[in-house]
Amino acid sequence: MKLKMITAATIIYGALLFTASCGNEGVKTETTDPAATSPQELANNQPETHGIEIKEGDITITSPLQKDLVSAGKSIYELKCQACHKLNEEKLVGPGWKDVTKKRKPVWIMNMITNTEAMLTSDPEAQKLLEQCLVRMPNQNISKDEARQILEFMRENDGEK
Amino acid sequence: MKHIFLKRVLPVAFLSAGLTGMQACKPKGTQSAVTGDAASKAYVAPGKYDEFYNFVSGGFSGQMSVYGLPSGRLLRVIPVFSVDPEKGWGYSEETKPMLNTSNGLIPWDDLHHIALSVTNGVHDGRWAFGNANNTPRIARIDLTTFRAAEIIEIPNSAGNHSSPFITENSEYVVAGTRFSVPIGDNQDVPINSYKDNFKGTVSFIGLNKDSGDMHIAFQILTPGINFDLARAGKGKSAGWVFFSCYNSEKANTLLEVNASQKDKDFIMAVNWKKAEEYVKAGKGVKKAVRYAHNKYNEQTHTAISTIEKEVLTLDPKDCPDMVYFMPCPKSPHGCDTDPSGEYIVGSGKLAAIIPVFSFSKIQQAITGKNYDGTFDGIPVLKYEAVLHGEVQKTGLGPLHTEFDDKGNAYTSFFVSSEIIKWNIKDLKVLDRVPTYYSIGHLSVPGGPTAKPYGKYVIAYNKITKDRYLPTGPELTQSAQLYDISGDKMKLILDFPTIGEPHYAEALPAALIAKNSRKIFKIEENKNPYATLGDKNARVERVGKDIHVYMTSIRSHFTPDNIEGVKLGETVYFHVTNLEQDWDVPHGFAVKGANNAELLIMPGETQTLKWVPEKAGIFPMYCTDFCSALHQEMQGYIRVSAPGANVPLSFSTGSTEPAAAQPSKDGSTVKN
Ligand SMILES: [Cu+2]
Repeated sequence: MKLKMITAATIIYGALLFTASCGNEGVKTETTDPAATSPQELANNQPETHGIEIKEGDITITSPLQKDLVSAGKSIYELKCQACHKLNEEKLVGPGWKDVTKKRKPVWIMNMITNTEAMLTSDPEAQKLLEQCLVRMPNQNISKDEARQILEFMRENDGEK
Repeated sequence: MKHIFLKRVLPVAFLSAGLTGMQACKPKGTQSAVTGDAASKAYVAPGKYDEFYNFVSGGFSGQMSVYGLPSGRLLRVIPVFSVDPEKGWGYSEETKPMLNTSNGLIPWDDLHHIALSVTNGVHDGRWAFGNANNTPRIARIDLTTFRAAEIIEIPNSAGNHSSPFITENSEYVVAGTRFSVPIGDNQDVPINSYKDNFKGTVSFIGLNKDSGDMHIAFQILTPGINFDLARAGKGKSAGWVFFSCYNSEKANTLLEVNASQKDKDFIMAVNWKKAEEYVKAGKGVKKAVRYAHNKYNEQTHTAISTIEKEVLTLDPKDCPDMVYFMPCPKSPHGCDTDPSGEYIVGSGKLAAIIPVFSFSKIQQAITGKNYDGTFDGIPVLKYEAVLHGEVQKTGLGPLHTEFDDKGNAYTSFFVSSEIIKWNIKDLKVLDRVPTYYSIGHLSVPGGPTAKPYGKYVIAYNKITKDRYLPTGPELTQSAQLYDISGDKMKLILDFPTIGEPHYAEALPAALIAKNSRKIFKIEENKNPYATLGDKNARVERVGKDIHVYMTSIRSHFTPDNIEGVKLGETVYFHVTNLEQDWDVPHGFAVKGANNAELLIMPGETQTLKWVPEKAGIFPMYCTDFCSALHQEMQGYIRVSAPGANVPLSFSTGSTEPAAAQPSKDGSTVKN
């Protein structure tokens, strides 16, 4: 029984990889003659808030909480995250957010939001979650600053002051 | 008497000879015209992009299609004048107003020609235009979204064939009427009073430089003849537009005979700069009309249709030096200006020569009043005075001409099924290739502009008999791609098309690909029925209407269980796609809906109207395979009898067993 479930999960995971890949690392080029640059290059070169990697030194966490960040984070949550994430520990499409800031480092959480594809491809913890949830977390076009706001809202949700 | 009889029959004899000849002319040799390296020239490897976008009219399909060149891959069918259940076009409440006209919603039309916007006579990749031939309209397609952004109806017009053609800096899109019709209050007149009561018009649709928004700037009233095609001037001829016309006989029956009486019809030359001066000077007359003007707003994801009631008309008799006729043999079809703007190539579809006019000579003839009389008060310029020369020994039935970057012209020949390459300056024929077969229009990337890319010519054929696997009595329409980079044209690819491809334009993909829109930002969604976030999902009753504010994200709807709808009520599903990732549309369909599906792009809201016809449980689901759990993306809606005691309620993720129904009706209960 257990074996059967794992097999099913692997197959679905494979299918997920197949249907939802989005590699769009573009190269910036300027051109005047449209015929001179390949359309492939140009099409790949569209602004998209996607694939931003957050490094350890990029963020500062302070106490007490920054209230303006919390309320901005809450609005983003309601617009873009709530459909899949509850604020308690219950799983909906994705995991519940309760205690996520206690289990994961800030940089991990923010990368999961802004650099989702890379995390699902290479981070073992992210991959474990995908095996449980079976839906790849979609890119929701969230900037680095917005991810920081969401993080602050998560901290408040976890009882920080 | 006998003389008249002969005169009448001759053109028919000529035409039928041509048509009988068509079978004989059916090119046997096109197979062998393919050279050994053809496949590699049209080959675009998997994962590689094409070099050109080719925008092709869909004829009686009413749509516009987009192909990649040189591969011939079909990239997109853009719904324009015909409803499209695949995309919900004309079925969703938001898009229905786009198909509104002064005759109400019209679910079909006939899209004949394409024009791409230009700046300084060169494609700028901003908009594509298409015409509705049957109920006269012009559509503007936004090339960031590849969707119809605006459709404007043309009053005082019928058979809107002579459109849309565009001036050098996209100042105007022109639309000439094919059929002349009675204009004014009393249109209930005998058909055989044609010569007295029927008038033609050509309309100048102004474009806003930044937004592309269209408005009918003015119409020019013309004699009651038929307008076929048009081309704007460029360079030195930039202030002019040339319209080919037939039926200068003003016949109203059996035109195949009666409109082929005269040896020469006309190309009408309009000085639109002059027309603008007359408009400024107040020479225009406002006429009462009714026409629809429909705009799609990408912020509200909703179209609004407005009925306009007035149009400004200019009468050439009040506006001297604005309109001239040039004689052109014989039933002219195409009239095309070369990249320099000096030469205007006419194509008499019953002629065996191609007349080429010179813009400089036209100006001299006007200055010298070198007229050959007048037609309905409009000066007719002397043929010999305006002619640059005639291309001799062509094929049969010249239709359209486009140009390359080396001073050559390419003309399609319908009756003899071939493309002929000739030199514009010395008018010598340089090459000819068979097409398969009965070619109508042809297209060179950038061909109608000041800067053609002389790499390919594409033939758009009317008949493909014996060319592909048979599919019953009806066969696919087709296009053929020829390499024109060398001295000789070389056939390198056949590819099927949708509808009947009348005309097409192609431009470098790089002009468009970089601007192509990926998503609609959910933060910018101003649809009044948008559900911005799951916490706003809800069901409301307003009188006899039920409004479902629903969200979709991989892989569920919120709410996904709805109860308490009563028979006799109308349900509006307003579905907002919360995704913010490229190419993740969600679909939405309900069992038994007398409608189509919705296909909702990331960040967009669309509305499906549903009038349930019986009580029961109706499943609803996502129609676009969106994730591994797409099959799980579903829900139910329960419809009860009018008097039933079921309160309006909705839920998502509620696993509680059925409870006793509370008796309070009409209230909203969230589980
Ligand atoms: Cu879906």
